[in-house]
Amino acid sequence: MALEIRISRKAYRLAGGGQRLVFEDFALQVAEGSIVALLGPSGCGKSSLLRIVAGLDRAFSGAVTRAPRRLGMVFQEPRLLPWRSVADNLRLAAPKLDESALADLLAAFELEGHGGDYPGQLSLGLARRAALARAFAIEPELLLLDEPFASLDRALHHRLRLLLARWIGARKMTALIATHDLDDALLLADEIIFLDRAPARIRGRLPIAEPRGARDEILTSLRASAEIYYMIGGPGNGTSEVAS
Amino acid sequence: MTRLISIVLFLTLWQIGARLLGPHYLPAPAAVVETMIAEARGGALAVNLGVTLARVLGGFSLAMVAGSALGVALGRLPWLDRLVDPWVVILLNTPALVVIMFAYIWGGLNEVSALAAIALNKLPNAVVTLREGARALDPTLDEMAQAFAFSRWRRWRHVVAPQLAPFFAAAARGGLALVWKIVLVVELLGRPNGVGFKMNEAFQLFDLKLLLAYALPFVALMMLAETFVLRPAEKAANWRLRHGP
Repeated sequence: MALEIRISRKAYRLAGGGQRLVFEDFALQVAEGSIVALLGPSGCGKSSLLRIVAGLDRAFSGAVTRAPRRLGMVFQEPRLLPWRSVADNLRLAAPKLDESALADLLAAFELEGHGGDYPGQLSLGLARRAALARAFAIEPELLLLDEPFASLDRALHHRLRLLLARWIGARKMTALIATHDLDDALLLADEIIFLDRAPARIRGRLPIAEPRGARDEILTSLRASAEIYYMIGGPGNGTSEVAS
Repeated sequence: MTRLISIVLFLTLWQIGARLLGPHYLPAPAAVVETMIAEARGGALAVNLGVTLARVLGGFSLAMVAGSALGVALGRLPWLDRLVDPWVVILLNTPALVVIMFAYIWGGLNEVSALAAIALNKLPNAVVTLREGARALDPTLDEMAQAFAFSRWRRWRHVVAPQLAPFFAAAARGGLALVWKIVLVVELLGRPNGVGFKMNEAFQLFDLKLLLAYALPFVALMMLAETFVLRPAEKAANWRLRHGP
């Protein structure tokens, strides 16, 4: 297993004095090289899970085992350093990146000519692309994406998703993608994990065997089967395959 | 152009005032310049200005370094802040004169006490400003640096320092104006040289020409430092002014 997550308890203290329980007796294993989408409603704990896996949040009881490995992360907001150019943001995250690889990466995410721009001058779509490029710049073994397309318009969302699918498909990596958008999950992942509202529970796991490149055409049928699966599927009933 | 007119107007008013009040109350500009030249010939002007300037720079640097370090620490560590904050408030509200006197009584009438007194007067100001800066550090960028395993140096240089720079520049600008006024008092009370010492001498003799002959070049020097060093530095320190949205 590339990643083993076991959280016996994770709660946030609320400002009013109470607590909000996010995880209780939660366990998840992800196979090496598998692209997993975490699909669930907003506030179900997807971001919390990614932060715990990334090691940004250690205030929980349980354990995360991941072999020491390079981590690439895309946050819900681009989180670029506003006082460094786009190219410098990439170089700082990945000091080993050479100039030709940097140029390739900027080209792959359609950022040609923006390497010298500062994040404050970029549109949200460009800034998100820069954040994606940064995550890939370090050639991650483990990639964590937290709603990477949030608050983009539809056209841009689809375009960026296509870019991401192409990039992920061409590389060997383990990835966790948090999203509330079924299509994102269907088009990007090898496996979808349906999460319930907090405290988060795995409601089902749905493997997708179709090659990524072929999914666009059969998206409607994929969508339908996922919805049916989601309605009849319950915890532990995660072995059925779709469209294979 | 307006500045030039303003300076000419100032000199004219001075000249008229000198005529009306007489040399005992306000010496004419020409007389002051004469004294200035006489002092400069003997080398006394340069020596005293130099000594005072060195004290300004020394006390200022000391206060900025120590104050920034402490301020950042207080901004990052809430328990330390709770512990030290009352002292900072006390120091902030203690009159400069009291600090100077205590420094001289405890440390003796020497250069170290003088520098300590100058630095201590500026210190709480730097602490408060940099503490504000450290509190305003963006936690989301900190997380980004952690996720991407930035080294300690890279995190400091590229994530933290650019956020603190505007606060540091603001503290420096306010600091210089404060420090050079305090330095004169420090010299007046317990140093055998410097602009403050010479002013005291002039005061004892009611020699207004001498007083102004030292005051004017010093004020001019500080204004030049403010305009040509600190202001541009402040602009350069603020990334928003260079490549903001």
